[in-house]
Amino acid sequence: MTKTRIDRRFAKTRAEGRAALVTFIMAGDPDLATSLEILKTLPKAGADVIELGMPFTDPMADGPSIQAAGLRALKSGMTLKKTLALIADFRRNDDETPIVLMGYYNPIYVYGVDRFLTDALSAGVDGLIIVDLPPEEDSELCEPALKAGLNFIRLATPTTDDKRLPKVLTNTSGFVYYVSITGITGAATPDYSKVAEAVARIKQHTDLPIAVGFGVKNAQSAAAIAAHADGVVVGSALVDVIANATATGSAGQDNVISHVSKFVGQLVNGIHQARAKA
Amino acid sequence: MKPDLPNSFRTGPDEHGHFGIFGGRFVAETLMPLILDLEQAYAKAKADPSFQAELDHLATHYVGRPSPLYYAERLTQHLGGAKIYFKRDELNHTGAHKINNVLGQIQLALRMGKKRIIAETGAGQHGVATATACAKYGLECVVYMGAVDVERQKPNVFRMKMLGATIVPVQSGARTLKDAMNEALRDWVTNVADTFYCIGTAAGPHPYPAMVRDFQSIIGKETREQMMQAEGRLPDSLVACIGGGSNAIGLFHPFLDDRNVEIYGVEAAGHGLEVPDGHAASLAGGRPGVLHGNRTYLLMDEDGQINEGHSISAGLDYPGIGPEHAWLRDMGRVTYLSATDKKALEAFQLCCKLEGIIPALEPAHALAAVIELAPKKSKDHLMVMNMCGRGDKDIFTVADHLGGM
Repeated sequence: MTKTRIDRRFAKTRAEGRAALVTFIMAGDPDLATSLEILKTLPKAGADVIELGMPFTDPMADGPSIQAAGLRALKSGMTLKKTLALIADFRRNDDETPIVLMGYYNPIYVYGVDRFLTDALSAGVDGLIIVDLPPEEDSELCEPALKAGLNFIRLATPTTDDKRLPKVLTNTSGFVYYVSITGITGAATPDYSKVAEAVARIKQHTDLPIAVGFGVKNAQSAAAIAAHADGVVVGSALVDVIANATATGSAGQDNVISHVSKFVGQLVNGIHQARAKA
Repeated sequence: MKPDLPNSFRTGPDEHGHFGIFGGRFVAETLMPLILDLEQAYAKAKADPSFQAELDHLATHYVGRPSPLYYAERLTQHLGGAKIYFKRDELNHTGAHKINNVLGQIQLALRMGKKRIIAETGAGQHGVATATACAKYGLECVVYMGAVDVERQKPNVFRMKMLGATIVPVQSGARTLKDAMNEALRDWVTNVADTFYCIGTAAGPHPYPAMVRDFQSIIGKETREQMMQAEGRLPDSLVACIGGGSNAIGLFHPFLDDRNVEIYGVEAAGHGLEVPDGHAASLAGGRPGVLHGNRTYLLMDEDGQINEGHSISAGLDYPGIGPEHAWLRDMGRVTYLSATDKKALEAFQLCCKLEGIIPALEPAHALAAVIELAPKKSKDHLMVMNMCGRGDKDIFTVADHLGGM
């Protein structure tokens, strides 16, 4: 398979001897225009990979922050079609930063799998994380997506034991997303020593980069994860920054952008210090 | 074009949990190992005679089965057509068919060594049944219930509390059954190691739809025997209400291969099928989609966002339906009808007056269909309606709609 933007980006951060910063935002939160500005800001502020949430009414694996972000986006009129258009817009000025669409299967299924893959590729999507598609349902989207040239990134969790890992990894590409806790997004802070063990365990089964997420809240927790993983995923905490800046901001969009920029900068510092210390 | 009909309608699902294109296992990876364990544990239990013996014992001595098959004589005379029987599952311990399934799942949870039980509930009947079984076996019980449903089904909330369950009012979305299920799934993902999710309807990821159906099939099995005793032959038609569809599939499944038996499922038409977001009839007004672990017919918009169902009945206002019903509809084996809030309320009152039975609002929908269907049938047509729950819980809702009485 040809190398994707995701492969190239992780090769780069690996060469630089540091973990990649993977940032999650919800497409259309708080609205389409602001969302595009946030997208443009993320790479400038130091994000290496962008996970873009596809809003869904029933996000059954997400905590309150991302649930609320999805509802804000839907309320602002976001649809899957607009999400793809948003990415196409972003790609006009950035052909390097990998974009991974993350969400639930139903909107894609309703859009039509073939049509979705065609449109996602032409918009400039690099990979997919679909929470409710385990390997048992690979024929639905995973296999066609891989064939079309997209990465299909799988979640591995503390319940994914050595017996199950090979099944989870078989059709995984781009990177492995290790969910550091059994739980929903934005919940408890993980036990970092267990995360280190888990990353080591998964590495015995794959050469793919391993990004770790769920419960990474600030520069300190990002640093703690970055010491062990190839990537650190920050979602709920960033979504909260956007929510708070939107709620309190008198200066509108600019206020949101400056808060996002500042927060991502802190995460980058945390990640850079992680390996310097190690 | 109709798909090729199978030799039997009773062999599903396949090993992947599919009924045709419906069903499946659309869950987060965290839950997958447990779902696979559950499938194995259930297969093992099913093959173990002591499991069935325990369930039979509980059915007889705890639930009060078999529930009677009752000839509704005055209703039959009033409608002037088919001879109408009620399968009296409202007489079960806890007042509905839900206990049949709960006892099966709790037995399984005990075998799997799970100490904490979670459940979602709409009308509260499944929550009450789960709280009951947990009390009996000394298990921790947490019930997720939409905040709106907590309000409109107060008697059941109080019952669950008396039985020692923790009730979590769910504030997200429309604050009804769908949202309760989302929240229960979030709990399950978080506490997967020690928690068993006791799903109340024949939906969710495989093996739940098949497992719940199996536990509820006692309704149809008894009906066959009782009708043979009463009339010396099988019924000509079956009628049951459908939210997720567990009481219906329980009655229908043992009859699916008796092709002469007409089968009717009745969805909730709320304010009317023509009213956007005004009903909960996922077969009549929905399309195939993926939610809560399975592919089935869903009420949703053109972007695949799930709509909120509406029904006067808290047990029916779910925007999806069990995957086996979705398949039976596409196969044409079962005819799916619907009844509005108004028709259900009329049926509710008629049943009280003519038969001295206060039905739950859920089977009042089935009864509304009986009121339409029965007069068109001949007097030797035997029609069975599943009286799947009693209406004590609904008296305040009904009183509100009838102007305080």
